[in-house]
Amino acid sequence: MMARAVTLALALVLMAAIAFGAPYVVSDYMVRIILLIALNSIFVLSLSLSNGFTGVFSLGHVGFIGAGAYLSGILTLTVEQKHSLLPHLPAFLNWFSLPFLPATLVAGVLMTLLAVIVGYPLMRLSGYFVSVATMGFLIIVNVVLINASDFTRGARTFTGVPLDTSLPWVFGWLAVTLLVLWRLVYSPFGRRMKAVRDDTIAASAVGIDVLKTRLLAFAIGAFFAGVGGSLYAHYLGSFSPVTFYFAMTMNLIAMLVLGGMGSLSGAIIGVISVSILSELLRSVERGFTIGDVTIPALYGASQIVLGFIFILIMIFRPKGIMGERELSLGFLNSSAKIQFKQGEVK
Amino acid sequence: MSDLVYILQQMINAVSLGSLYALVAVGLSIVFGVLKLTNFAHGDVMMVGAFTTVLLIGVGMPFIPALFCGILGAALAGLLIERIAYRPVRNAPDVTRLLTSLAVTYILENFGILVFSSSPRNFPLPDALNESWQFMGGAITFTNINLLTLALTFASLIGLGWFITKTTLGLGMRAASEDMSAAQLVGLDVNRLIVVAFIVASGFAGLAGILWAAQAGVIQPQMGFTPLLKAFVAAIIGGFGSIAGALLGGFVLGALEIFIVAFLPDAITPYRDAIVFSLLIAFLLFRPGGILKPNREIKL
Repeated sequence: MMARAVTLALALVLMAAIAFGAPYVVSDYMVRIILLIALNSIFVLSLSLSNGFTGVFSLGHVGFIGAGAYLSGILTLTVEQKHSLLPHLPAFLNWFSLPFLPATLVAGVLMTLLAVIVGYPLMRLSGYFVSVATMGFLIIVNVVLINASDFTRGARTFTGVPLDTSLPWVFGWLAVTLLVLWRLVYSPFGRRMKAVRDDTIAASAVGIDVLKTRLLAFAIGAFFAGVGGSLYAHYLGSFSPVTFYFAMTMNLIAMLVLGGMGSLSGAIIGVISVSILSELLRSVERGFTIGDVTIPALYGASQIVLGFIFILIMIFRPKGIMGERELSLGFLNSSAKIQFKQGEVK
Repeated sequence: MSDLVYILQQMINAVSLGSLYALVAVGLSIVFGVLKLTNFAHGDVMMVGAFTTVLLIGVGMPFIPALFCGILGAALAGLLIERIAYRPVRNAPDVTRLLTSLAVTYILENFGILVFSSSPRNFPLPDALNESWQFMGGAITFTNINLLTLALTFASLIGLGWFITKTTLGLGMRAASEDMSAAQLVGLDVNRLIVVAFIVASGFAGLAGILWAAQAGVIQPQMGFTPLLKAFVAAIIGGFGSIAGALLGGFVLGALEIFIVAFLPDAITPYRDAIVFSLLIAFLLFRPGGILKPNREIKL
C-alpha cells in the first residue's frame, strides 16, 4: 500500500509540474498533445470503472461525455450568444450564464443522475447483452442531440463555447479523478466490484448486491465522463453530435484495452501509448521521402495499423500492457514489495 | 379509399425495408448462433459485397453476374476474417471477441476509406431495374429493384431453409448452435461448421449490401454501419441466434419504422431511431429470448 501511495503522490507531483511547467518548455503543438492525453486519461479512467473493474462492458460511455459537453456548453454561453445561436432555448435557461467550474460540476452531477436512471434497468444485464444495450443508449443520445435543435443546434456545429480549458484545469481534474478512483478501487468497495466481475454468481452468493455495485461504478464513471465532456467542450469551442459517437468510443476502448482493463496506471499508460502511436503514424501517413523513394500520403492507414495492433493484443495479450498490476515503485522498501505481491495474489 | 391506398403503399414500403433488414439479421444470427459472437464486422462485409459488385459493373460486367460475384467476394471476406481474426480468440471471453470484431470493423472501414475515399459514389444500376410500376394514378409505386429485392430475399431464404433442414452440413450447423460441445462429442467437425456458417452469413451480408446500395443508389465505405445496427435490433427482437427469429424481427422492424414515419405526427418522426433502440433495450430487459421465446431467464 505504501509503495502505491508514494507512486500516486509522485504521479501527482509530476502532473503538477507538467501542468504548470510544460508551456514554458515545449511547443504549442506538444502542449496540445499533452492536454489531450490528460483529457483522454480522464475519459479512459472513468470508463475503466465499469468496463474494467466491474466487468460491465459499456459501449455507451461516450453518450455521457457528449451529453455532458453539450450541457456545459449551453450553460456557459453568454446571454447574447444564447439569443443569437439558440433563439428557441426555453426561458429558464436563456437568462444566465455560468462560469466554467460550476457548469462542469453541473454536467458531472446531471450525468450521474442520468446514469442512475439508465443504469437501473441496464445494469441487470451481463456480457454482450449489456454492451449492445449501452450501445443502444449511445445511439439514443446521438439521435436526441441531433433532433433537440432548440438546445443543440441539431446536426449543425455547436459553437461559441468559451475556450477555458487549460493544462492546469485538465490536470487538476485528472488528479481528482485519479484520487477518487484510486480510493474506490483499492477499498472494500473495489473488492466488491472485482468480485462481481470475476464471478457474479459467487459474489451474490456471499451477499454482495450485484446491481448496486454495478450501478455505483457506472454512475461514478458517468460523473467523470460528464466532467471530461465539459472540459472537452471548452477545449474544442465548437463541436457537433458526430464528435461524440462511435469513432470516439472505439478510440477510448482501444486505449483502455491496450493499457489493461484492471489497472488505473494501465489506463493512463494505454492513453499515452495510443496517443503517441497515432501521432507517429499520422506523421507517416502524410507521406514522406527517403532518398529517391517517395511514399505517398495514405490517409486512414494509421487507423488500419492501430486496428491490427488491437487485434494482436486481443490474441496475444488480452489483458493489455499492465493487466491488473499497478505501476509501483516497489524498490522503495522491502515491505512495500511484499505488500505488492500479496496484492497480486489477492 | 385514398386512405386504403396510402396504407397499401406503406405496406409495400414496409415489406421492402423489412426484407433488407431480414437479410442482414439472418447473417448476424447465424454467426451468433454458432459462435455466440456479436459480429460488428458484418456491416463491413456488406460493404465489401457492394463495392465488389460496383467495381465489376464498372469494368463492364452485367448486373446479375456482378451481383453473384459480389456475394462471393463477401463470402471470401467473411472466410478471411474468421481465419485471421476470430479463430485465434474463439475460446476467449465474450468481451474479448466483441472487441476483436470491433477492431475488424475499424480496419475494414478505414481500408475502404483509404482505397475508395469516404465520399459516396453512384451505384450504376441498369435502367431496366430503375423502371417503376405505377397503379391508381401513381398512388402506388414500386420499382423493379424493389421486386428484385423481394424475389432474391425470398429465394435466398428458401435456399437457406433447405440448407439448414435438409443437408448434413446445415443440420450440423444447427446442432453446433444448440450446443457446441455436444456437437463436438458426437463427432461433428466444429471447425468446418464454423467456417461454413461464416461463408453463408457473409454471403447473406454481401447480398444485403448490394441490394441496400442498389436501392439507396450510392455506396460508401461506412454504408454497412446503419443497416448493421438495425439488424442487431431485428435479430434481438426475433431472438438472437434464431434464423426464423431474425427473419421475423427484420419484417417487424421494417413495419415499425415505416409505421412511425407514415402514421405518427411529424414531431416524433425524427426520433424514429431513438424509439427503435429503446425497443431494443426493452427487449433485452424483458424478453431477452425475443418474440418467439418468452420464458428465457434474464442473465445477471
